[in-house]
Amino acid sequence: MKKNWPLWEVFVRSKNGLEHRHFGSLHAPDAEMALKNARDVYTRRNEGVSIWVVESINIKASNPDDNEEMFEPATDKAYRHPTFYDLPDDIEHM
Amino acid sequence: MSHTEKKIANADQIRSLEEMFDAKIARDGKIEPKDWMPEKYRKTHIRQISQHAHSEIVGMLPEANWISRAPSLRRKVALLAKVQDEAGHGLYLYSACETLGISREELYEQLHSGKAKYSSIFNYPTLTWADMGAIGWLVDGAAIINQVPLCSTSFGPYARAMVRVCKEESFHQRQGYEIMMTLCNGTQEQKDMAQDALNRWWWPALMMLGPTDEQSTHTEQSMIWKLKRKTNDELRQQFIDQTVPQADIIGLNIPDSELKYNNETGHYDFGEIDWEEFWQVVKGHGMCNKERISARKKAWDNGEWVRDAAVAYAEKQAESQEAKQAV
Repeated sequence: MKKNWPLWEVFVRSKNGLEHRHFGSLHAPDAEMALKNARDVYTRRNEGVSIWVVESINIKASNPDDNEEMFEPATDKAYRHPTFYDLPDDIEHM
Repeated sequence: MSHTEKKIANADQIRSLEEMFDAKIARDGKIEPKDWMPEKYRKTHIRQISQHAHSEIVGMLPEANWISRAPSLRRKVALLAKVQDEAGHGLYLYSACETLGISREELYEQLHSGKAKYSSIFNYPTLTWADMGAIGWLVDGAAIINQVPLCSTSFGPYARAMVRVCKEESFHQRQGYEIMMTLCNGTQEQKDMAQDALNRWWWPALMMLGPTDEQSTHTEQSMIWKLKRKTNDELRQQFIDQTVPQADIIGLNIPDSELKYNNETGHYDFGEIDWEEFWQVVKGHGMCNKERISARKKAWDNGEWVRDAAVAYAEKQAESQEAKQAV
């Protein structure tokens, strides 16, 4: 038959209160198996309390070649940061 | 612009891109899979990461040989966990390698056809239980020395995989040393067994850290890309310096008559390594080269129907899900 298992991305929540974080990827025939394999590959030492898997082809990623138009508009907007604003020296709690 | 002029302009452009790239790495910047990279960077990384992954996978075989004959349940669960870690390490590394645009199937194909190499140490046989001790202590010990600097290598996915690998590896070395220590505290026969294992694994472990700096062809480029932080000879010296006292503590003798602490340098001087043996094993003429690859291929081929059945099941499930939704 010769059909290769698709690639999945694995996200693990290390403990409650923290977000899921990308841990790596693996191959599996379906979501159920991807979850089981992720358990064995990425959480052999209690690294997680929750796992998400998503088939890699479903991720739309930005292209680093477009980083200029993508992210540069934010760099010249210093007024979005609190340090942009002048305050008297003796003011507190602001 | 003429065709040649265009070519030159293009080459200049690539050269300046490469200079920017190297400068970024020099500043400790990381390279991620979709970033521009010189073709040579991509190829070198595919080669090194895949060799590393293959070594983990083939490295399971010499130890798997002893799982069913481990002398106690404690030893058995530890060895099983170690071999399972190696499978995991292989998988982390294969996925890191795939981000460079090569498929898992191509990687396996390169291993099975002999095109890709793996660490030559795994082409030596595991004759006694003490070999499980020597492998953990020496082979994993040398691997750790090789791997720790890679946690800060320039290619992001490789560095992240190495962080995870290094975290898990130290138990491997400790369980090996504990096996050696226990044998050394046992009967004369057990102590002899430990000594014999050290005698057989010592030199191959030194070779594991790679050819001498004079012989090593990739060192300079690998240093720039932080695929290497120290030269092979420096790593080897570090390994010897830290391992000799460990052998002394359990009363084993390093099989090297020229080994001697040098007060001036603060390092151990050691005897000549038989590089002819190393190259023979690398070229495929080691004791177990054929056995390792054929065991690996057999496992892959015999697993094919399972992989196919899993795909067929997944497809069937997906179809019935669609059918349900249609109703």
